[in-house]
Amino acid sequence: MIESTIMANQRSGVRVLVGTRKGAFILTSDSKREKWDINGPHFAGFEIYHMKGSPVDPNRLYASQCSGWFGQLIQRSDDGGKTWEPVDNKFVYDGIPGTHQFFDGKPHPWEFKRVWHLEPSLTDVDTVYAGVEDAALFRSTDGGKSWHELAGLRGHGSGPNWAPGAGGLGLHTILLDPVNQGRMFIAISAAGAFRSDDAGETWRPINKGLHSLHIPDPVAEVGHCVHRIAMHPSRPNVLFMQKHWDVMRSDNAGESWHEISGNLPTDFGFVIDVHAHEPETIYVVPINSDSEHFPPDGKLRVYRSKTGGNEWEALTNGLPQSDCYVNVLRDAMAVDSMESCGVYFGTTGGGVYASANAGDTWAAIVRDLPAVLSVEVQTLS
Amino acid sequence: MIRIELPAHLRNLGRIDGELLLHVPSPVTQRTIVDAIEAQYPMLRGTIRDHVTKERRPFIRFFACEEDFSHEALDSPVPDEVASGKEPFLIVGAIAGGR
Repeated sequence: MIESTIMANQRSGVRVLVGTRKGAFILTSDSKREKWDINGPHFAGFEIYHMKGSPVDPNRLYASQCSGWFGQLIQRSDDGGKTWEPVDNKFVYDGIPGTHQFFDGKPHPWEFKRVWHLEPSLTDVDTVYAGVEDAALFRSTDGGKSWHELAGLRGHGSGPNWAPGAGGLGLHTILLDPVNQGRMFIAISAAGAFRSDDAGETWRPINKGLHSLHIPDPVAEVGHCVHRIAMHPSRPNVLFMQKHWDVMRSDNAGESWHEISGNLPTDFGFVIDVHAHEPETIYVVPINSDSEHFPPDGKLRVYRSKTGGNEWEALTNGLPQSDCYVNVLRDAMAVDSMESCGVYFGTTGGGVYASANAGDTWAAIVRDLPAVLSVEVQTLS
Repeated sequence: MIRIELPAHLRNLGRIDGELLLHVPSPVTQRTIVDAIEAQYPMLRGTIRDHVTKERRPFIRFFACEEDFSHEALDSPVPDEVASGKEPFLIVGAIAGGR
């Protein structure tokens, strides 16, 4: 995701927030992005599904911390990650939760499991959204001290038909439209994409044009395994999607989608992101298949399209090109807004790679962290 | 005072050094012990038991006097040795490898 734009002459460096299977790490560098300080692990031993900073105040960070033993915790920092305080971790569905569809096709009660994604507000430092499993959207307006479900999402009608993907019924993508007030997008595996035009009160599916051969009705209103959606903030009606299979594009805020997989070696993958200054330049990491979950031919390649899709080039300079069998998970790519756009991603092998020149060349910031679950970047003034 | 031992992760979270000493009104039960912990350390709410159902989290176990009380009723009195402070009440993370 692109964080808030900072004037070029104010940029002093970047802070990369890395969530892993066993803790959080904060990687910092100056504007050259060549030498890095690695700080961590924070919350050692805990899964950090996601960590993200506020566009309003970059020192305000939120982190989703969880474990099989102790459940969900939310941590907040007001000093850029030097110190942390646990805030409220009570995520209770609004009213009677009802049921969604389970793997066996039968109704299954909604049960909170974890927070997959935290999305701080673009305008208010104390407002933050949480996408959770089982899929629902929560909001805090007091800096994480309390959470309330935006129940119109699960309540709009199709909720009982949502079914989990292999990783669970997770709400993993939250995009806040910086231009159209009150508009936001979310995505759920494996229900699909949804849009609200009234700040999350009411929702509707936006899955027309998605074609998923592995579900009973390939063009169903819901049931599509959307892995990730990205937008450029200057053009929020244009959305890019990495679906379970297929890379897709919408030019009308999700009213319809068309495929842009083009010459990719495989159209399966998890991440997708947009260049900070070029709205038609997008990035994906093709992954062999839904069963193998590693790159084709053991070569870790980012693919870049400068034409908004269909025409893709492999970016390999500095990335392992043999015997590499890692995955890049859906929240594990980010771009900075330095004058020369930086691109970052983390792997399940514990590597975090950075390119300070929009993907032309890459270098590992660190190679042997626990499996990386998420990567976000802040451009600092 | 009741003596309570917590897993290291929860001691870190609550910034608790060593054994926890809490006043718990009689009758002392699993429920009143966890009530007292959560009242004193609100950041531990939800980590030992579910926020809503108050059920023990699946991978948390309760031990005392070398016995496993995890499946005892939440409102059953704990052993006198625990209620009197002679023996600690142990809250333990289950031995489960995970990933």
